[in-house]
Amino acid sequence: MERVPILKIGRTLFVSIQIELQDDTVVRLQEDLADELSATGARGVVIDITAVEIVDSFIGRMLSMIGSISRLFDAETVIVGMRPAVAITLTELGLSLNGVRTALNAEKGLELLNGKA
Amino acid sequence: MNAVPIRSGDDVVRVRQLVRTAAAENGLSLVDQTKLVTAASELARNTLVHGGGGTATVEVVKSPIGRPGVKLSFNDEGPGIADIDLALTDGWTSGSGLGLGLSGARRLVDEFELNSKPGAGTSVVVVKWSR
Ligand SMILES: Nc1ncnc2c1ncn2[C@@H]1O[C@H](COP(=O)(O)OP(=O)(O)OP(=O)(O)O)[C@@H](O)[C@H]1O
Ligand SMILES: [Mg+2]
Repeated sequence: MERVPILKIGRTLFVSIQIELQDDTVVRLQEDLADELSATGARGVVIDITAVEIVDSFIGRMLSMIGSISRLFDAETVIVGMRPAVAITLTELGLSLNGVRTALNAEKGLELLNGKA
Repeated sequence: MNAVPIRSGDDVVRVRQLVRTAAAENGLSLVDQTKLVTAASELARNTLVHGGGGTATVEVVKSPIGRPGVKLSFNDEGPGIADIDLALTDGWTSGSGLGLGLSGARRLVDEFELNSKPGAGTSVVVVKWSR
């Protein structure tokens, strides 16, 4: 199983998903992020999904859960870079990404987080 | 025609890739490709998780008026579905999912057929036509 790397810059954790998401990979990312949040005291998580071609109900549920988990560590999660086709498909699927915020790109996502700090 | 086994999470990824290629090669728009691949991901995961594994088939088909389309079949010999209407209800799940896979997949495709009997496995066939 491949793992998604997590970068820490200042008080923010950055995750850029560049691989095809297998269910176990997403579960692992959730665990790794919880560990990092607790170890570093980061206040925000930015997840870049520019390269992600589909978000199905499983991946969507895991992203929501990452948002809920981060709140327990007093951190906010922002999903950035969603492709238009993915946004349309998610909506038709009936999925709302509760627990996370969204922004157009990484820069806007950081602004959103910093507005909070 | 490509029949592939669905026995692991990696197989689900492989099915998504096959479907993406077939959809792109047969003139589906980017949005329609994404819808079909997402539906395939839901159905393949159901085959794996609820059906205990099975197979997926990807075919290129032609409509009566000559439009190309991509047809996907998912088959398993798992426990089957006792109440199909219930299973197709948004938000209904027998497990810990969101219960959106089956109902959502139906919305994302143009044709959807589900056959299942308790003890006799499940088959789902879907088609997405190019526009
Ligand atoms: N291949 C299958 N074999 C047996 N039961 C199935 C199969 N596919 C679906 N089901 C049943 O139908 C229910 C609804 O399926 P659906 O995909 O909508 O939701 P889910 O898989 O439980 O959650 P998720 O939203 O994560 O997909 C399942 O909970 C399961 O009971
Ligand atoms: Mg499902």
